[in-house]
Amino acid sequence: MSSENGKRLLETDAGGLNFEATELTLGLPGEPRVTSDGGAKLGSKRGFSETVDLKLGDNNREVKLGHSLQEAAKSPVSKTQVVGWPPVRGFAKRGKKSCKYVKVAVDGAPYLRKVDLEIYNSYQQLLTSLEDMFSCFTIRNYLNEKKIEQVNGIEYMPTYEDKDGDWMLVGDVPWQMFVESCKRLRLMKSSEAVGLGLTTGPKYSSTN
Amino acid sequence: MNYFPDEVLEHVFDFITSHKDRNSVSLVCKSWYKIERCSRQRVFIGNCYSISPERLIARFPGLKSLTLKGKPHFADFNLVPHDWGGFVYPWIKALAKSRIGLEELRLKRMVVSDESLELLSKSFVNFKSLVLVSCEGFTTDGLAAIAANCRFLRELDLQENEVDDHRGHWLSCFPESCTSLISLNFACLRGEVNLGALERLVSRSPNLKSLRLNRAVPLDTLQKLLMRAPQLVDLGIGSYVHDPFSEVYNKLKIAIQRCKSIRSLSGFLEVAPHCMSAIYPIFGNLTFLNLSYAPGLHGNKLMKLIQHCRKLQRLWILDCIGDKGLGVVALTCKELQELRVFPSDPFGAGNAAVTEEGLVLVSAGCPKLNSLLYFCQQMTNAALITVAKNCPNFIRFRLCILDPIKPDPVTNQPLDEGFGAIVQSCKGLKRLSLSGLLTDQVFLYIGMYAEQLEMLSIAFAADSDKGMLYVLNGCKKLRKLEIRDCPFGDAALLEDVGKYETMRSLWMSSCEVTLGGCKSVAEKMPSLNVEIIDECEQMEFNLDDKQKVDKMYLYRTLVGHRKDAPEYVLIL
Repeated sequence: MSSENGKRLLETDAGGLNFEATELTLGLPGEPRVTSDGGAKLGSKRGFSETVDLKLGDNNREVKLGHSLQEAAKSPVSKTQVVGWPPVRGFAKRGKKSCKYVKVAVDGAPYLRKVDLEIYNSYQQLLTSLEDMFSCFTIRNYLNEKKIEQVNGIEYMPTYEDKDGDWMLVGDVPWQMFVESCKRLRLMKSSEAVGLGLTTGPKYSSTN
Repeated sequence: MNYFPDEVLEHVFDFITSHKDRNSVSLVCKSWYKIERCSRQRVFIGNCYSISPERLIARFPGLKSLTLKGKPHFADFNLVPHDWGGFVYPWIKALAKSRIGLEELRLKRMVVSDESLELLSKSFVNFKSLVLVSCEGFTTDGLAAIAANCRFLRELDLQENEVDDHRGHWLSCFPESCTSLISLNFACLRGEVNLGALERLVSRSPNLKSLRLNRAVPLDTLQKLLMRAPQLVDLGIGSYVHDPFSEVYNKLKIAIQRCKSIRSLSGFLEVAPHCMSAIYPIFGNLTFLNLSYAPGLHGNKLMKLIQHCRKLQRLWILDCIGDKGLGVVALTCKELQELRVFPSDPFGAGNAAVTEEGLVLVSAGCPKLNSLLYFCQQMTNAALITVAKNCPNFIRFRLCILDPIKPDPVTNQPLDEGFGAIVQSCKGLKRLSLSGLLTDQVFLYIGMYAEQLEMLSIAFAADSDKGMLYVLNGCKKLRKLEIRDCPFGDAALLEDVGKYETMRSLWMSSCEVTLGGCKSVAEKMPSLNVEIIDECEQMEFNLDDKQKVDKMYLYRTLVGHRKDAPEYVLIL
């Protein structure tokens, strides 16, 4: 262990931030040190921009992103949420007046999940999060009318039960109205939905 | 060695209160083991699946206070399905059948049913204290049973639980004869409460020191409660919205002036900032202030408030305080030991209002700072190095940059050097959470310097297995390791499986470990439960050892595989 290197790391000018301190490194004798452009290379490797827009910079390098970020990167929407990030418990109870947990059932899955609708701002965020939760299924995304690459050939349609007890297609009404009236969600197998004639997209646009 | 009668040794052991020390005492020799176990009253079980209730009861017949923890920490962030486990019912059932005179039960991240609460309330005559933190599965009916049946109840403390609120009547279930309450916290309940019953309860509880109300308790009730309980030390305000020119508001001012003992203040679940001046008199004495549920307080009003808090030791706040507001904290709160800054808008478009600047200001102004939880927009190596220099006493250092792989924005470098400075400077560091762009290098530093580290949380970091290996080889006191979205695979997992027996648990999700690797750990270490959470039932159809495992949770245990795992949890 190189104690001289260790000491140098913490030497700064008296008072204030010392930017030169960032050039110093620690290392075991014989260990390769982080090179001065190591950071820049890594920076482009991950290429994470300010607004959480996942641009994967330099494509020549093998990108070792966590699985969740890779999934988020595939999403067509720039403002994406990674499941469980940021790691703050019960956020819905801070900064928000209420908390609206609804059950989510997926045809074919043995158990239900619960989501808090209050933490999302749009249908896209909700659907992305559901896709993450039930990551082996893909959800037919009516809002963007794009076909998301199917993982195992099974497509699901998001439906919900409203205050009147009726089963509706997700996406027809403004987001806030949906949050107010939704009692539970069900991801229905597309094959089952065909018979119901639910082939046209919703009237409500995804920009709100 | 036994020159003293047992009673003398027992008396000596009475002075040893920490769990760790009592555990050490029990290992000295057989007779000390026997004396210690018979005299032990408080037991802490960090993982409810590491031991069974029967063995607990057999070993500690004098048990009065039990603390149990259930789900892994990442359950707080939706990474663990709701019915994964952590059921308290079997524990209560076993204790009820035995002759244990349970007086206190503290649970964290456990599933608590109304049935369990009812059984608890009816089985232990001297039951005094129930503390539930981050639990779920019960309704206000369960609380009604506790209120009705626990005749000597002193403490009912509900923190951040998910409770199905059936509204209203549970508070009325405290009988008129119940006058023993010292602490009542129902801030996390969302429903209405019977305000009249609440007022009467507080009136007949002369020992009440801690009262935390929920959002449904309005300001005029607050005023009445404070008039009846001027001896309060800890207050959680529910709704704080009123017309500042009203009579109720004036009455509140008078009531507050009588409350000379309040040292801890929280809540403000609904707040009108222009009404805050009524309670300025108590800010000067506060040692703990929690405004993390009050997004309505920000800007100048918030800063004005903070300026009164000269004795503050612990501050929990939202990031709308801003770097400028943290500057005010740094100037005012010279006794500050713990700071938690929560995000007010975690999914928002970068409107988070604190950066490395705020943290540096606080580190410079508050030399006693030893515990930090900081959600921020960005962080720099230079700032971390400065913080490390200013505050070498950190015990807990948890940094969360909202963009999980953001580099130092000034230099575009990873944050390895910054965190390296923290672990090198803070020799007493026990808990560390990392974020931002990080390579294997930061783990080299952690392994080298973080000698006292007990808990480490890692997300979206490292380049290779080396990162995990540095930590496992270097951190001798490591007890809990939780990792998500890192490129650690079987080579790291299998390098030293014996290490896991020295730890409470290891969580790895969205990493590179395979089913084969996990099976290998399970084979080599029968004293560990290796659980795979397989939500998509992929494992059922395809038991290919090379398949990556999405979520693995392993922990040491003395009682083998648990029997209550749901279908999607495979125990290898």
